[in-house]
Amino acid sequence: MSILVDRETKVLCQGITGKAGRFHTRQCLDYGTQVVGGVTPGKGGTTVEGIPAFDTVEEAVQATGANATMIFVPPPFAAEAVLEAVDAGIGTIVVITEGIPVLDMARVMPSVRAADARMIGPNCPGVITPEACKIGIMPGYIHRRGSIGVISRSGTLTYEAVWQLTRLGLGQSTCVGLGGDPIVGSSFVDLLELFAADSETQGVLLIGEIGGNAEEQAAEYIAQHFSKPVAAFIAGRTAPPGKRMGHAGAVITGGKGTAADKIEALKRAGVVVADSPADMGSAMQRALNARR
Amino acid sequence: MKIHEYQAKALLSRYGVAVPDGEAVGSPQAAAEAFRRRNVPRAVVKAQIHAGGRGKGTFVENPAQRGVQLVGSPEEAEAAAAAMLGKTLVTLQTGPQGRVVRRLLVEAGCDIRRELYLGLVVDRNRGRPVLIASAEGGVEIEKVAAERPEAIFHEAIDPWAGLRGFQVRKLAKKLGLDAVGEKSAASFLPALVRCFLDQDCSLLEINPTVVTGEGTLLALDAKINFDDNAAYRHPEWSEWRDLNEEEPTEVQAQAAGLSYVKLDGNIGCLVNGAGLAMSTMDLIMLHGGKPANFLDVGGGADVQQVTEAFRILLSDANVRAVLVNIFGGIMRCTTIAQALISAYQSVGFHVPLVVRLEGTEVQAGRELLANSGLRIIAADDLTDAAKKVVAACNAAPSA
Repeated sequence: MSILVDRETKVLCQGITGKAGRFHTRQCLDYGTQVVGGVTPGKGGTTVEGIPAFDTVEEAVQATGANATMIFVPPPFAAEAVLEAVDAGIGTIVVITEGIPVLDMARVMPSVRAADARMIGPNCPGVITPEACKIGIMPGYIHRRGSIGVISRSGTLTYEAVWQLTRLGLGQSTCVGLGGDPIVGSSFVDLLELFAADSETQGVLLIGEIGGNAEEQAAEYIAQHFSKPVAAFIAGRTAPPGKRMGHAGAVITGGKGTAADKIEALKRAGVVVADSPADMGSAMQRALNARR
Repeated sequence: MKIHEYQAKALLSRYGVAVPDGEAVGSPQAAAEAFRRRNVPRAVVKAQIHAGGRGKGTFVENPAQRGVQLVGSPEEAEAAAAAMLGKTLVTLQTGPQGRVVRRLLVEAGCDIRRELYLGLVVDRNRGRPVLIASAEGGVEIEKVAAERPEAIFHEAIDPWAGLRGFQVRKLAKKLGLDAVGEKSAASFLPALVRCFLDQDCSLLEINPTVVTGEGTLLALDAKINFDDNAAYRHPEWSEWRDLNEEEPTEVQAQAAGLSYVKLDGNIGCLVNGAGLAMSTMDLIMLHGGKPANFLDVGGGADVQQVTEAFRILLSDANVRAVLVNIFGGIMRCTTIAQALISAYQSVGFHVPLVVRLEGTEVQAGRELLANSGLRIIAADDLTDAAKKVVAACNAAPSA
């Protein structure tokens, strides 16, 4: 088992004719993902990287039976692309696009929820179940199949964490990048609920950062409902207040969203928190050992 | 992106939000003229900088002078303007270096019965904007929120529909408005919300909103921040941007597609990815160093970007050593190493450079760096990188 995606998942790429869409479609195919079709308005009937392109998501779903999509559509059209995927009945929507206006996401979220679809991102690296299905831009080779679930708000920091886990012999069940924007489709808690129900997952590594209170909510959920070992790292302990640290969502406002608050909340919930980004993998190891 | 109070008020009045009669001026003479044109007994002269706390802020040149002053004649307006323009205002939000005042807002004074707080932000948990209101305006809202959360009211906004009539009535009641006040709120509040939604604001704060002697609402102050991601659909924003209010190196970085934040340490960092960049700062601090900046070169790291990033890092006179931390991922480490070498050569690097690379072809990438003949210190892993750069920084002659 795993969460969200597996060997059976049939994936579309919206924005497949763009540079990033085409490149990462090839990368995902090479990893073994069943990418079954692409969508770019006006490009229906053509073939990209050996797979058929369609004008609309509806046509693509009818022709291929796709049940997941990865969106590389440029920011001005990305919200519309999400709505089109929801309309076509796709259940797992992974939005890679960076730079989408935050109010656009506020406008599409009610439709995503009403359709009971799951959106990951935007501004995220995607989702991977190692050796089965990669939907996104993460380098496949750093992952190994195993029993650790990874949930992160970051991109390259997640690769760093996964690489540390793999080198310690700790494979992963599924790794999910939530995205660095203020409004994202899924939260730590949403994913923890899925990992709680997944028999393959034996422990979870959370990678958070300054801004918002998603980590505090995760801590509360863990304390009350989550019994598997959890380790965490929070980026941005040295970030000054009021400055946006790259990600639109990574900013301390009104004294809220500091790394210290998040670390404190997680520790109180029994989570093993790594002090250094070099120790994310070993923190997971410690969390697992503490339960044996 | 931030804009000035006078710009925010001009924008708000387009949406029908009541603001005081005023104009922005750049000279003492113009301030006197603005007072005369208002034809009122009193006016307020307000320093225009991108930071709050101006009323309590003081000037470096004259500590008795405040950033907001009540005046009763054209001559007083002129004198107040002369005392502020070109001078450096220090407030709780500017930091000790303060900001030079280049523009003033001269506004008709008004009759204040009560002061309220109104603000709009995007609520991450609800996934939608929220209107925040309190009867305790004119003070720091964070303080009210911490001490008396029950004095703060929230209304979640449907981003398709705006503020509903019943939401206005609920808030009017909670804020203790009378019939005149409620009637005023029925146009004032939805107008604020329309402005927030149409203009892609990330923050819109009216603190205080006053209840005037006549009982109607008036935006006495105004603060607006925009969502940078929406800039493509608001061509006007570029006219409203005030580069004097921004760190020049941050502006330069932004133009090159880099995300840079200047800090006050002495170890420059160049990293790919925002989360890893923040963690690299944390790592430096953990090993006893002080980061000079946050710098995210993005997912890729090509020669042009790395070159520009190096230029920006080295333009900071405090920088005594630089750490490059790149997790290559899909990009090959050899490609990155070549980019680093040619950027190093073209900018004339003059401080120690520690490089930590990880990803595909990492060995070949490290060898390229080692054989380059340049003063590049290769690190094996994150901890090794942090130790080496802190040591190099401590060994460097102080600037």
